[in-house]
Amino acid sequence: MGTFFTVFVKEVIDNVRDRRTLASALIMGPLFGPMLFAFVISLSIERSLDDVEKILQVPTIGQEHAPNLVRYLASHNIDVVAGPVDRETAIVRVTVGTHDVVVIVPEGFGQQLSDTVPAKIELISDRANTQAERDARRVRTALRSYSQELAAIRLVARGVSPAVLRPINVDEIDVSTPSGRSAVLLGMMSYFFIFALLMGGMYLAIDTTAGERERGSLEPLLALPVTRGELMLGKIAATCVFMAVSLMLSLCSFFVALKFMPLEQLGMTPNFGPDVLIAAFFVLAPFVLLGASLMTLVASFTKSYKEAQTWLSVVLIAPTLPILIVSILTLRPQLVFMFVPSLSQHLLLVDMIKNEPVNMMHVAISVTSTLLIGAALTWICARLYRREGLLG
Amino acid sequence: MITVNDIHKSFGKVRAVRGISFDAPDGKITGLLGPNGAGKSTTLRVLYTVLRPDAGRASIDAADVVTDGLAARQNIGALPHGAGLYPHLTARENIAYYARLCGLDRDIQEERVAGIIELLEIGDFADRRTKGFSQGQRTKVSLARALVHNPQNVILDEPSNGLDVMATRSLRSLILKLKDAGRCILFSSHVMQEVAALCDDIVIIANGKVAIDDSVEGIRRRTGCDDLEDAFVRAIEMVGPE
Repeated sequence: MGTFFTVFVKEVIDNVRDRRTLASALIMGPLFGPMLFAFVISLSIERSLDDVEKILQVPTIGQEHAPNLVRYLASHNIDVVAGPVDRETAIVRVTVGTHDVVVIVPEGFGQQLSDTVPAKIELISDRANTQAERDARRVRTALRSYSQELAAIRLVARGVSPAVLRPINVDEIDVSTPSGRSAVLLGMMSYFFIFALLMGGMYLAIDTTAGERERGSLEPLLALPVTRGELMLGKIAATCVFMAVSLMLSLCSFFVALKFMPLEQLGMTPNFGPDVLIAAFFVLAPFVLLGASLMTLVASFTKSYKEAQTWLSVVLIAPTLPILIVSILTLRPQLVFMFVPSLSQHLLLVDMIKNEPVNMMHVAISVTSTLLIGAALTWICARLYRREGLLG
Repeated sequence: MITVNDIHKSFGKVRAVRGISFDAPDGKITGLLGPNGAGKSTTLRVLYTVLRPDAGRASIDAADVVTDGLAARQNIGALPHGAGLYPHLTARENIAYYARLCGLDRDIQEERVAGIIELLEIGDFADRRTKGFSQGQRTKVSLARALVHNPQNVILDEPSNGLDVMATRSLRSLILKLKDAGRCILFSSHVMQEVAALCDDIVIIANGKVAIDDSVEGIRRRTGCDDLEDAFVRAIEMVGPE
């Protein structure tokens, strides 16, 4: 116990004095997530406001052939402006991206309308260009509703109820709550918490293993009358503390950042009060042991500080994999997922942010399995330290 | 008292040590002399239990280095080749860390650390962080932390490497002090003159084997060379390649 504690205290003091370790634990990790997040949120808010309020200018060829359509579009915040000289130019301009969308009203448009044959309108857009496609979609929708309006008028003129055209009326009822909707966006936060946690201990994991070997301080350390397992445990414990502090800071910085994000404008109210913050900490905390032992284990295999850095950046990304796979396959939360570290924490966190009842059984499985895997990795680390090849 | 009995150690196909035996008694300075790559460091690493020998036995006092490593380490102060310090800790903290790891009682810890700082004359820079220390300063601090628990056996791997004349002198006088205190000192070097000036017994190693184990006079007599350097070269030739 004495050795364990001595090593632990020394590693904490040593690394608190190291600016790089401290910066990555206290600043990089905790601030990275919320900052990126704030950026994404403000961007999507800006976009959604765009759609409703901003007047869209649509270059149109032959607008003089459809004065009623021009008026209809104007009432839907779409301004028709003079378009390119001809169809070929229009296609080129949309292809290179000068225009997002171009509408062509052929000469016979008015005639076709009065003849009640389908009147042709061309809409030139580039579906591969997501930015332009948003504008094109607005124009497309407006044209479709204009068409429906005309159809209704024609039916009424013939004494037929327009309801004939709508045999089925679908009423959608959205049961999502503001906190539920927020989970769509906030779900990715769980990864940033795990990222911050790992970042917090990364340099410690390197310094206590590959760094110590590179510095030449490992060999005299191993020549002391202590057992190697105890040395290892002290080092992992110090890494755990840095990771836990990093996790707490990133949760707090996220809590503060949320206050400044106008999420209500997106119809989202995340459930992330102080109580959820504390609960989230305890749900994520078991990952600390796993992260610390995994990073220490990987760093132990490397020959130098640089090599360790390379490999540990892979470890930083690894926890995203289960989260990514499940969201790509859109799998429903199941009991088995609770055995998978990082995924189980992610799912539990999403439930909390959604303000849905959290299944205590799931929490128990998540905590237990993550802790067990962490303990197993710690044991492997301690075993590994007994190898003589450790000196490299 | 260090006893080495026919130890072997290979790294893959490289047979670094091929049956080395010698004794290093208490109150004497034993020098392990040999060219680069002769197996000096490997032998010493086996003694401070960082490496396990493939065959043979070695013991520190009564403790076997393989079966009773912890007890063996209890009585060793080791200065590995190129030993590094913790750059963010002061010299005093570096030494105190080892004192605590060696299990010294809290109340005598500080006293011991202060004592060793005085003995090695490192008081001037004891409370500075070791980042940027000169080679001599680093060696002194490494030596101080190796000796802080007052070990009976002291193992030094090329301690004078990179030291200037003044630092080498003070290292020598320290080794002599340890000898007078009845310690067993075993140190390696590839400089014949240095070993000759200090050691009671010299073990010349070449190609992983012992060439000669004798006093300075004995080595002169057995090689028939008056000049120490010639004697060293002659002794190495006596082993021959594998």
